[in-house]
Amino acid sequence: MNLLTLFLSALLINNVILSKFIGMCPFLGVSNKLSSAVGMGLAVIFVIFGASVLSWALYYYALVPLGLEYMKLICFILLIAAFVQFVQMFIKKTSPSLYKALGIYLPLITTNCAVLYVALDNITQGYTFIETLVNSIAVPAGFMLVLVIFATIRERLASADVPDAWKGNPIAFVVAAIMAIAFSAFAGLV
Amino acid sequence: MSESKKKRGFWSEMIYNNPVFGLYLGICSTLAITTTLNNAIGMGIAVIVVLTISNIVISLIAPLTPDEIHIPVYIVVIATLVTVVGMLMQAFTPELYSTLGTFIDLIVVNCIILGRAEAFACSNSVSDSARDGIMMGLSYTFSLLAMSLIRQVLGTGLLEFSNPATNQTIFSLRLIPAGFEIPVFTTQTGAFLTFALLAAGVAAIKNNDEKKAAEAEKAKAAAAKAAAQATAASVKAKEAA
Repeated sequence: MNLLTLFLSALLINNVILSKFIGMCPFLGVSNKLSSAVGMGLAVIFVIFGASVLSWALYYYALVPLGLEYMKLICFILLIAAFVQFVQMFIKKTSPSLYKALGIYLPLITTNCAVLYVALDNITQGYTFIETLVNSIAVPAGFMLVLVIFATIRERLASADVPDAWKGNPIAFVVAAIMAIAFSAFAGLV
Repeated sequence: MSESKKKRGFWSEMIYNNPVFGLYLGICSTLAITTTLNNAIGMGIAVIVVLTISNIVISLIAPLTPDEIHIPVYIVVIATLVTVVGMLMQAFTPELYSTLGTFIDLIVVNCIILGRAEAFACSNSVSDSARDGIMMGLSYTFSLLAMSLIRQVLGTGLLEFSNPATNQTIFSLRLIPAGFEIPVFTTQTGAFLTFALLAAGVAAIKNNDEKKAAEAEKAKAAAAKAAAQATAASVKAKEAA
């Protein structure tokens, strides 16, 4: 598969939030402020890239030779949890300022379904190592793109006069619906 | 009396403690797979099974688990159950498994399951945890059914249900004449809109009840004030006499 096509389709057309509905919890949880959305986005790119590449290696170099493909779910989730923990300790040790910026988002990422989704998707689509690298960057980049756009809209929304029952998350879903219409236009891109 | 109380408890749990529209947990699968009633029922059953068994197992092993590693232990328990359920679905309902796809695997990171393990099962008895698992699973399924009913009927005009094992249509009823459906409800946009509507509905019910409770409180306070004034007046009248 053409790598550019793969990148664009994972980034825009099959956007992880607006078309696959994955990673909704942080999408709603940390989109109130632009700065926290950027922090979360960067942390997610870093963790998804690392965890997916490691999961790919674990699958093809350990599980397949041993005939344990059905264990992939258990192995991947443990790998992700361990990786997040490790990254957290590493950043805390080497760069306290970065830890301050990203620290609170890191534990939340373990339960971000996007991480497990990308790790599993690379396997089910049968991607090669290079394709895995591209996919593991493009998917979280798409996540960050939508998260940042959404956060800027929500910052304006905070001062809008919304009916009581629609305050908070319901109106945010309406915004997401409109963004999904806009992103569906990318379908003709590739 | 206890009967009606129990019944109200059931519905209030369905609406007030609804994990999806009340607490915003497990949204990913709710948005993604609710295009048809079949998907909703299949996913709902899978979650009820995983959630109930994981609650039972976790309430059994919680006293033995060291505190520092309890989350990895719970995740392994849940992942094992999801693997088993996924394999069973692949064997007996292959069509359903292929349409639900990765969302069966993603039950592992469904916040409802780890959330109940953390919040309830680890500190309650086995039978209470089993009951909690069934209740939470049912109210999750209830949300899925509400979403998929709206999306399927408006999007395709059909109220349809088929046997998940053989994929034969069991029941089919056209509610909206062909050509008048609103296909947008089967797309991503429709998912977000339907969710927004239902979430706003739940919020409206909650707001309304809170307002009623506040008004009742106010009325009570006013009545108490009036009574106090009346007694004061009567005391005054007595004094004057």
